[in-house]
Amino acid sequence: MTPMSGYLLLSALLFSIGLAGALTRRNAILVLIGIELMLNAANLNFIAFWRYGPHPEALTGIMFAIFSISVAAAEAAVGLSIILAVYRHSKTTDLDQMNSMKG
Amino acid sequence: MTITFLLLAATTITGTAAAMSLKNLVHCVLALTLGLVSLAALYLQLGAQFVGFTQILVYVGAVAILAAFAIMMTRSAEPAVLTGSSSFRVSGALIALVVFAVLGWAVWSGTGALAVLGPEPEAPVNEIGVALMHRFVLPLEIIGLLLTAALIGAGILAMDETRRTK
Amino acid sequence: MPEMIDQIFVLLKHWLLAYVPAALQPIVSAVLSVVPVLVAFPLLFAITTVLERKGLGRMQNRYGPNRVGPFGILQPMADGIKSLTKEDIIPRTADQVVHFLAPVMLVIASFVVYSVLPIGKNMVLANLNAGVLFFFAVGSMVELSVFMAGWSSRSKYSLLGAMRAIAQMISYEMPLVLASVVVIMAAGSLSTVAIVNMQAGYTGIWPRWYVFTPWGLTGFVIFMIAATAESNRCPFDMPEGESEIIAGYYIEYSGFKFALFFLGEYLGMFATSAMAITLFLGGWAAPFSFLTWIPSYVWFFVKLLIIIMAFIWVRGTLPRLRMDQLMNFAWKFMLPLSIINIVGAGVWHLIPAGFTRWLIDSLLVIVSCVLLSRGIRRGKSFHVRTYRFAS
Repeated sequence: MTPMSGYLLLSALLFSIGLAGALTRRNAILVLIGIELMLNAANLNFIAFWRYGPHPEALTGIMFAIFSISVAAAEAAVGLSIILAVYRHSKTTDLDQMNSMKG
Repeated sequence: MTITFLLLAATTITGTAAAMSLKNLVHCVLALTLGLVSLAALYLQLGAQFVGFTQILVYVGAVAILAAFAIMMTRSAEPAVLTGSSSFRVSGALIALVVFAVLGWAVWSGTGALAVLGPEPEAPVNEIGVALMHRFVLPLEIIGLLLTAALIGAGILAMDETRRTK
Repeated sequence: MPEMIDQIFVLLKHWLLAYVPAALQPIVSAVLSVVPVLVAFPLLFAITTVLERKGLGRMQNRYGPNRVGPFGILQPMADGIKSLTKEDIIPRTADQVVHFLAPVMLVIASFVVYSVLPIGKNMVLANLNAGVLFFFAVGSMVELSVFMAGWSSRSKYSLLGAMRAIAQMISYEMPLVLASVVVIMAAGSLSTVAIVNMQAGYTGIWPRWYVFTPWGLTGFVIFMIAATAESNRCPFDMPEGESEIIAGYYIEYSGFKFALFFLGEYLGMFATSAMAITLFLGGWAAPFSFLTWIPSYVWFFVKLLIIIMAFIWVRGTLPRLRMDQLMNFAWKFMLPLSIINIVGAGVWHLIPAGFTRWLIDSLLVIVSCVLLSRGIRRGKSFHVRTYRFAS
């Protein structure tokens, strides 16, 4: 087991935790947090590959992580405001109860 | 495989797993911050100082606080009454488990080529800045545009609709 | 000789380190560096409380504390003993763990930020590559502890206070960070030590501090206003307005935990002031070239005390703002002005040195200031206030 595979395994576990949360939780805010966790798992991969990759001086992994963090911030802001807007209409954040389109 | 890595990995997993499984949503957010701060510490351990501090600034200072705000404004802090079947919970957890198994197998069998630990790479802040201004200037501009759009869009979405039509 | 007095603490540390076995040296060195900071700033907190109470008293035509010790200077001791011996009450419905963790986290975060602040020449705990970023990153942890305190108390007042505090802190964090960007542009570094070293020279007898440029002055003013809001002080003390929500997010805390909140708040104020000194006022550098014989740490603390005095003065002078005024001011005035200021700083570096760039930069700042303040006042008419219930 190499040092890098430790980081990659941790990242895989983090991704699975995020996925499990996004699939099983009913609260929209927690689903959003789960998606953020998956993004974070990807970031950890980028940093680990930058650290142990053949060309760390190119800084590509770092750059990708920085951009990904900024996109995640934008996503969180818009996602949470959508949740607020939905809450104003349906008075709930439970995804199972947002079923006004259901026949 | 150092002791620091194991400790930080343990806190990361504990924090994020708690964030995804606790009943009280505010506890979830607090556990999430624990997980994300230990993740930032992992970045620091990997030598990516700038990314680690950015992670703390963005996730603890902004995303966690925003999530807490949203929880307060949607009154979901009270533990929700569980209704309906739990079949999807089981299937969701199963899917996640399968995904982890596949990813873990891929990692286990595929990273032998990169086992050699090179010299500690340097990522001084100055070089990151220079790279942002030269090689990555187009992504930087696009991110700027995206963030501005997100700022305005989030403001309009969250605004009271009675005020918007006026 | 002045050199030696200037470096006396550094030399003392090295002298002490020589008596320690080599294996223990890293630990002992860390302890020797950290302990003085852990002692000096709480001591400054004690001095500030008595200064603040006496200063406010003078401004309000009363004496202030004058019973404990000569002129009341031992008042902080009495306060400390009082808060230590008080009963520690935890509300029955409170979330016990979070309720306990909130003040601890606040104090830890407030202390950790001091690790990147250069207190004197060669006197910084950690010269990080991304020091300024570290400062803001750890500073943002304070918001989380405020939220924890407000939420875990299960009291409407504390929740209201926490919500107000977080909304205010998030809104003012942006001008705070953007105001420091101009300095980072000029210094070309995120390291606090490098920023201070860039300002250390003199032209004639005048220092080369960043505050003596149009963009630096604007940045400094924005930074200080935002710092006032960040540390929840008057006129931005709405989160803990005594007359509205009693004490805001820490209303349910008593005894030692209350004292910890108090300490954390003042430490945060000192830290942001010290950051302002580092970024704009030349850190530990002397204000005139002929005063460099006075040790650097003395200058640092003199500057810090002057800023604290200004804070006290402002608190004694200005009334509290309303929530909408506060938010309008942050988003419609401070934020655009700090972005324009960044443009101004960029223009400054493009134009060769001389009178032109002073003129262009000052005009840019003044015109945008006037336009923004007209914009924020549009549609509002100011007249003598009438009270509904008075007549």
